[in-house]
Amino acid sequence: MQPSGGVALDLKGVRRVFENRLAVIENLHLAVEAGEFLAILGPSGCGKSTLLRLIARLAEPDAGSIHIEPETQFQTAFVFQDAHLLPWRTVLDNAALPLELMGVARDERHGRARTALEQVSLLEAADRYPAQLSGGMRMRASLARALVTNPRLLLLDEPFAALDEITRFRLDTQLRELWRQRGMTVIFVTHSISEAAFLANRAVVLARRQGRIKLDRRLELPAERGNELRTSPELGREMRLLLAAMEEE
Amino acid sequence: MKRLQQAIPALIPLVVVTAAAEFAVRQGLVRAYLVPAPSSVLQAMIESRQELLSALLTTSLSALLGFLLSTVAGTTIAVFLASSRAIQRAFYPYAVFFQTVPIIAIAPLLVIWFGYGTRTVVASAFVVSIFPVIANTLSGILSTDPALRDLFRLYGASTPVTLFKLRFPAALPQILTGLRVASGLAVIGAIVGEFIGGQGLGSVVDIARTQQRVDKVFAAVLLASVLGLTLFGLINLISYLTLRRWHASEQ
Ligand SMILES: Nc1ncnc2c1ncn2[C@@H]1O[C@H](COP(=O)(O)OP(=O)(O)O)[C@@H](O)[C@H]1O
Ligand SMILES: [Mg+2]
Repeated sequence: MQPSGGVALDLKGVRRVFENRLAVIENLHLAVEAGEFLAILGPSGCGKSTLLRLIARLAEPDAGSIHIEPETQFQTAFVFQDAHLLPWRTVLDNAALPLELMGVARDERHGRARTALEQVSLLEAADRYPAQLSGGMRMRASLARALVTNPRLLLLDEPFAALDEITRFRLDTQLRELWRQRGMTVIFVTHSISEAAFLANRAVVLARRQGRIKLDRRLELPAERGNELRTSPELGREMRLLLAAMEEE
Repeated sequence: MKRLQQAIPALIPLVVVTAAAEFAVRQGLVRAYLVPAPSSVLQAMIESRQELLSALLTTSLSALLGFLLSTVAGTTIAVFLASSRAIQRAFYPYAVFFQTVPIIAIAPLLVIWFGYGTRTVVASAFVVSIFPVIANTLSGILSTDPALRDLFRLYGASTPVTLFKLRFPAALPQILTGLRVASGLAVIGAIVGEFIGGQGLGSVVDIARTQQRVDKVFAAVLLASVLGLTLFGLINLISYLTLRRWHASEQ
């Protein structure tokens, strides 16, 4: 198993352009501490997914640099907006997929996949197929697949957006709990202000154009976050600040 | 039992048309040398059962062999075409062109190349059925979910691993659609091949035609349809068995 704990990121002057167009991201500077839970907010089309793909090294910046410390192979995990499971595999084999691709032997990867499924409370569905699961269970399987490698950097791209609110609340709580246990660095992209404020320790609001940072705020909220926080004045205050930043042009 | 009930509506036109044809021929409304009475088709089938069954077997084997060849060659070619945009631009137009050449026009050529017999018939079945396999497999492989491609890259999967663990299985529903179309075409291709250079149902039809035996032509055509339907049903069964887990709503 890899050592746990998070990675620190340092993005300097990052730029990303798609052919013949204005830069989606221009001269972006962003430093993230190891073990931070960072939420990124912004209108759709502002470049959030593009930014995550750059951080995951799935694409190269056209200018600037992205430094990750420490950086080792297979330390990053990615969770997409929809579960994106392989429909021909059981939940267990879906969760074990990253290990399989990395060349981990069958018994070991199944053992680790079971552990990951247990952490998202999905072990009893290990032998089922994705089509037999509810939306929330599918998302948890997707989360288990991301956690199975013990990532030090977890990137989530609007992961719970398609779920109903109660299911989303449960997953939020579960994710935050996992983050606290593991101390990994989490970058969570969302367009939900309440979700960003509830989950993160720090929130960054991006502008519609060129990924300019409009607000970068350390949230003043307790470390322990239960559902009672969702309707508290403290959360309301943070949400108002984020909302004001989102609305300003 | 439920299935049987669902099949009943489809049987009604069959019974009605068969009865109407029988009636029309017996009343002399239609000339029997143009359209045979269903009863005489049945009689022809029974009388020539030996010949027809062996012809059916011959045609089945050729069609099946041609179909299997297109399945293997078609998927291989599709994988090759999918490997790069440049290769696709260079070769795909020829695959499309190949498809537009009418089989009836190149069948004589096949006889020249392969002689009279099974090889020509198999080649004919192969030629007409390969294109849908290529087209469907290619489009299936090319439409892999980009998020899943990212996921495979994130964990360092090589191109062949991604092909066999992601692109191919994900394309399975489309590949099977291609095979369904190809199976019907393979039967047609085999019969066309047999018209010109072989034995089997195609040659039974051809010979019966020269003997003005419309009843026997109909009997052979009927058997050819049964063969086509059987192959089609077989692919559907394979589809159902492999894909049922993808859509299973029951637990
Ligand atoms: N591969 C690509 N080619 C061309 N344009 C792209 C590509 N990916 C994203 N874009 C464009 O970049 C902009 C930002 O996209 P994205 O990062 O997906 O935004 P967000 O995730 O914030 O909604 C959009 O205008 C989108 O159309
Ligand atoms: Mg996005």
